[in-house]
Amino acid sequence: MDIVVCVKRVPTSDTAVKIAADGTSFDPAGVQYELNAYDEFAIEQALQIKEKLGTGSVTVVTLGPKDAQKELRDALARGADKAVLLVTDKWVFDSWSAGTALANWIKTVPCNLVLCGRQAIDADNNQMPPRLAAMLGFGCVTEVSKLDLVDGVFTAERDIEGAREVVTCRTPAVISCQKGLNAPRYANLKGIMAAKKKPLDEVPAAMPDAAMAIVSMSLPAPRAAGKIVGNGADAVPALVAALRNEAKVL
Amino acid sequence: MSQNILVVAEVRGGAVKRPSLEAVAAATKLAAKNGGKVIALAVGSGLDAACATLATSGAHQVVAAESAALAQFSGDGFARVVAEQVKANGCGAVLMAHTAMGKDLLPRVAALLDTGLVSDVVALDFADGTYTARKPVFAGKAFVQVRATRNPFVATLRPNNFEPTTGAAAPVAKVAANAGDLLSVVKEIVAAASDKVPLQEAKVVVAGGRGLKEPQHFKLIEDLAAAFGPGVAAVGASRAVVDAGWRPHGEQVGQTGKVVSPPLYFAIGISGAIQHLAGMRTARTIVAINKDPEAPIFKVADYGIVGDAFEVVPALTEAIRQAVAAR
Ligand SMILES: Cc1cc2nc3c(=O)[nH]c(=O)nc-3n(C[C@H](O)[C@H](O)[C@H](O)COP(=O)(O)OP(=O)(O)OC[C@H]3O[C@@H](n4cnc5c(N)ncnc54)[C@H](O)[C@@H]3O)c2cc1C
Ligand SMILES: Nc1ncnc2c1ncn2[C@@H]1O[C@H](COP(=O)(O)O)[C@@H](O)[C@H]1O
Repeated sequence: MDIVVCVKRVPTSDTAVKIAADGTSFDPAGVQYELNAYDEFAIEQALQIKEKLGTGSVTVVTLGPKDAQKELRDALARGADKAVLLVTDKWVFDSWSAGTALANWIKTVPCNLVLCGRQAIDADNNQMPPRLAAMLGFGCVTEVSKLDLVDGVFTAERDIEGAREVVTCRTPAVISCQKGLNAPRYANLKGIMAAKKKPLDEVPAAMPDAAMAIVSMSLPAPRAAGKIVGNGADAVPALVAALRNEAKVL
Repeated sequence: MSQNILVVAEVRGGAVKRPSLEAVAAATKLAAKNGGKVIALAVGSGLDAACATLATSGAHQVVAAESAALAQFSGDGFARVVAEQVKANGCGAVLMAHTAMGKDLLPRVAALLDTGLVSDVVALDFADGTYTARKPVFAGKAFVQVRATRNPFVATLRPNNFEPTTGAAAPVAKVAANAGDLLSVVKEIVAAASDKVPLQEAKVVVAGGRGLKEPQHFKLIEDLAAAFGPGVAAVGASRAVVDAGWRPHGEQVGQTGKVVSPPLYFAIGISGAIQHLAGMRTARTIVAINKDPEAPIFKVADYGIVGDAFEVVPALTEAIRQAVAAR
């Protein structure tokens, strides 16, 4: 099975977001970046499928800045065979234009499975995997936390509101990975050395203009500082009184 | 392009889910501004009861696209039907709730219509011929206001954020849906234990963290949740305890877990890391119990008790039980 894993370089999850001077984007000063947490599950799943089948290939692709080489090298060090960087220096926040660039590239390579994270934790668009599936004519299951492959058909499980869904999906397919699907491996020294010799191609991204414009970006109103009602179990009556009379939530 | 707005309803077990009615209500506000009609669409089979509900939800027209082959959800099958209806009804906007089904279906629809999609929308407007929407980014650490530059405008709306309305009975039209060749199909839905409230729908979330020291001590958290009575409170957890295997992934609150916004949230033995705050900072009232007075959770908590959870929580559970019994 030829697997393409889509990964995104995102600001680290502990970033304290600040608004840039233009008022329509985040201020990149001092921001550190990392591989989107959910994409680690996608890489791991790809490696496990390839190991289980004993054949096939794992290609990681990102649409992002040149600096995303670092995240791609990390994916190669974990065991991916090949990496492709579709280079753009814009913040990728619009899934229509990004999806167009990604899907058009995927169509140029052998691929019967696309693995994605369930969500990129910067723009939180939560839509790329089914979007790619429709553009590629593939089946799709989103937010998968258990996955089996038998005779070219996936059986996937995912959480929905108050229940769990079991979904079957033919290949070729796009699967988006949720926490719980697997325990991602980290790169070891041998992997890091091997990754240096693996191909990492850079191609200018063919990305059309965005399907939406950011008019403004803002921070939510800060929460007013609360109060410590007291120490230890003795403070319980005061807390319950405040919840009942002040906050009116009891 | 006409200004009609198509709202895709989520039908489960023959009934319309409440967030779909919220989406219809949001659509009626837009339609009042642009003069379009709101068309509520139900897809699948056995849709009569759902259509009756939709008919009085404020929509101007209800369409039931029926197909026995679509009795169970299929992302690709449903998307084809929805895209056809968007075209057949000349719609300039497509809305659905941002639920597991909406997140799976609407991006496919947007792709088939070759257009953008704004997800998890918390506010919507129509002015000067264009749609604008507000959505959280970075797990709610910031918000963006976006203007659509392609047609139609497609958006998923955050549940529990728009109020449902009612309206005069709208006509219901039945059309035969063409299911086509289905690539993915739901085979089975396993319901969670019926006494369990879904985390994102709970009125009260009682969350525990590493301060509880051992997985079995989550009994304290479960007991406090139970004290609110049946169907009220759900248990949440920090990533630290989920990663340690003490609690299931579905309970994780935060940037890489669930984002919850209940009227009342308890953070017990949770330090208040920025990734955790991202998942609960919009709760109406936050209570923190932590033995460290410097814990960052106290900076967002409305009420805090500095103390040992093993001492405070049992006393609180008893006090809540009495307060609930006295109501
Ligand atoms: C990419 C990424 C994503 C992440 N996503 C999430 C996420 O979605 N959700 C999330 O929660 N975290 C997330 N984290 C982890 C986050 O950074 C913290 O590590 C985590 O939230 C800490 O969990 P905790 O508060 O339970 O544990 P700790 O930080 O260890 O805090 C334990 C607290 O318990 C208190 N305590 C100890 N004993 C007692 C006692 N007897 N009584 C009362 N209080 C006591 C301590 O004072 C302390 O404040 C993420 C991290 C990364 C890198
Ligand atoms: N710029 C990108 N490059 C590669 N993959 C991406 C990109 N954006 C999103 N993805 C993939 O799509 C998933 C869902 O992202 P999103 O729909 O943007 O929240 C991510 O976890 C990635 O797997």
